[in-house]
Amino acid sequence: MSVKVLYFASLRESLGYSHETLTLPPTIATLGDLRAHLARRGGVWEALGDGHNVRAAINQEMAGPDALVQPRDEIAFFPPVTGG
Amino acid sequence: MTSDAPLAAASLEACVSVQAADFDPGAETLALSAGRRDVGAVATFVGLVRADKGAAEASEISVMTLEHYPGMTERSLQAIVREAWERWSLQGVRVIHRFGPLVPGERIVFVGVASAHRGDAFAACEFIMDYLKTRAPFWKREDTPEGGRWVDARETDDAAAARWGSPKVQG
Repeated sequence: MSVKVLYFASLRESLGYSHETLTLPPTIATLGDLRAHLARRGGVWEALGDGHNVRAAINQEMAGPDALVQPRDEIAFFPPVTGG
Repeated sequence: MTSDAPLAAASLEACVSVQAADFDPGAETLALSAGRRDVGAVATFVGLVRADKGAAEASEISVMTLEHYPGMTERSLQAIVREAWERWSLQGVRVIHRFGPLVPGERIVFVGVASAHRGDAFAACEFIMDYLKTRAPFWKREDTPEGGRWVDARETDDAAAARWGSPKVQG
């Protein structure tokens, strides 16, 4: 399946781009699976793995590791928010 | 948005603005009770860019840039307003949050709440700010003449949001 992935703030800056379209292997069912998959790219991508403070949203709603990833989802990764 | 009726989606949308432009706190405050005879209290909060020392502690912030997640930002602010509307007896709510580059002294955020009595107005105004700071997808970057850095989230903000109890709005 194919999903759109967005990155924001310090994460976007360290990765060097703000979005990409990914074709995922069939083994990826949940957001936790996707995070582990991306973290395996190494380097700054390791920030998406366990124990790092990166939050995620699926289709513009905050989502935890057990949330299911569906075809054409918009998935965003970002640091804890600092507005207001 | 000014109505005692359950919130329609359209009025919820109308009470939240995410914009680069400045706003007029006086006009926004007046609008919360304009033409009404049942509003007894309007509580407002205005957040401003402070000229703190930057990360290097050498010189003051010259620019604070707010990044946001267009679409999710509006949805999350609307969810926070909907929850305030359910928790307290309110007659009007207005939330404006700016993005883009801002200099010290500039306004960042406006929260205004109209109610029959001050208790609900004060509480809902503070609740909306506390939830906004921990749940709305905005990120601040501070620039000084020595360089820039992204502002870290603060545990005190999480504690402030947590005192309102278990959220319906996930963060």
